[in-house]
Amino acid sequence: MSDFLRGLRLWFTPRRVAEEGETPDYRFSLANERTFLAWIRTALALVGGGFAVDQFLPDLRWGVRVGLAVALLAAGAFCALRAVNHWVRCERAMRRKEDLPVSVFPTLLSLAVGLVAVAMLVIVVLGRAG
Amino acid sequence: MAAPPGDAGGAPARDPGLQPERTRLAWRRTTLSCTVVAVLAARQAIHGGATAAGVAGAALSALVWLAFLGVAHRRTLALDAAAPGPLTVRAAIATTGCTILLALFALAVLA
Repeated sequence: MSDFLRGLRLWFTPRRVAEEGETPDYRFSLANERTFLAWIRTALALVGGGFAVDQFLPDLRWGVRVGLAVALLAAGAFCALRAVNHWVRCERAMRRKEDLPVSVFPTLLSLAVGLVAVAMLVIVVLGRAG
Repeated sequence: MAAPPGDAGGAPARDPGLQPERTRLAWRRTTLSCTVVAVLAARQAIHGGATAAGVAGAALSALVWLAFLGVAHRRTLALDAAAPGPLTVRAAIATTGCTILLALFALAVLA
C-alpha cells in the first residue's frame, strides 16, 4: 500500500515526474498510455455492469441486486484509481530506466470477476429452478 | 522530447508501428465505453419519470460525458504531432475522475 501512496504523491506533482530522468522514446509513453486506457475501459465496463445489474435485473431480491451492483461499482472505481496510479509509476520507471512495476492487481481482478460470474450463474440457475 | 528514429532532418518520418494512430483509436474506444455508461446513467436517472431530480441527474451524467469528450478530443489533437509528447498527469486524472464520478453517480441513484 505504501507503493500506492508514493504513486499518489506523484499525481499532484506532475512536474516531478517530468523532471526526473530523461524522456523515453515517445512510442513507449504511448504504449503506456494505451495500457492506461485499456484499464479505464475495464473500469468503465465494471461501472456499466453495476448500472446494468441495477436496471436489468429487477426481479432479484433487493439485497442481492444492490450487493452485486455495489461490488461492481466499487471494483470499477478502484480499477480506475489503480489505472492512473500504475500509469504514473510506469512513466516514472521508464524515465529512470528502472524495471516496470509489477502488480498483483490483474490476478485479484480476474478472481473477483470470476466470483461475480459464478454468483450470477448460481442466481440465474436458482431463479430458473425456483 | 526524444526524436524518433529517422527524424534527423527533413520531413518527420512516420512511425512504422503507427503508434499515434493506435493510441488515437484507443481513445476512441474508451470514449465509446464512456458513452455507453453515460447513457445507462441517464437512463437510470430518468427511470422514475421526468422529475426535477431525474432530469438533473441525467444532465449531470451528460456533463461528465462532455468532460470526458473534451479530454479525449484534446489528446487526439495532440497526437497529430509527428512525435507526440506523453499524456499529461492532469489528463490522466481527469479521465479517472470521470470514471469515478459515473460510479459515484450510480451509487447515488441505486434504489
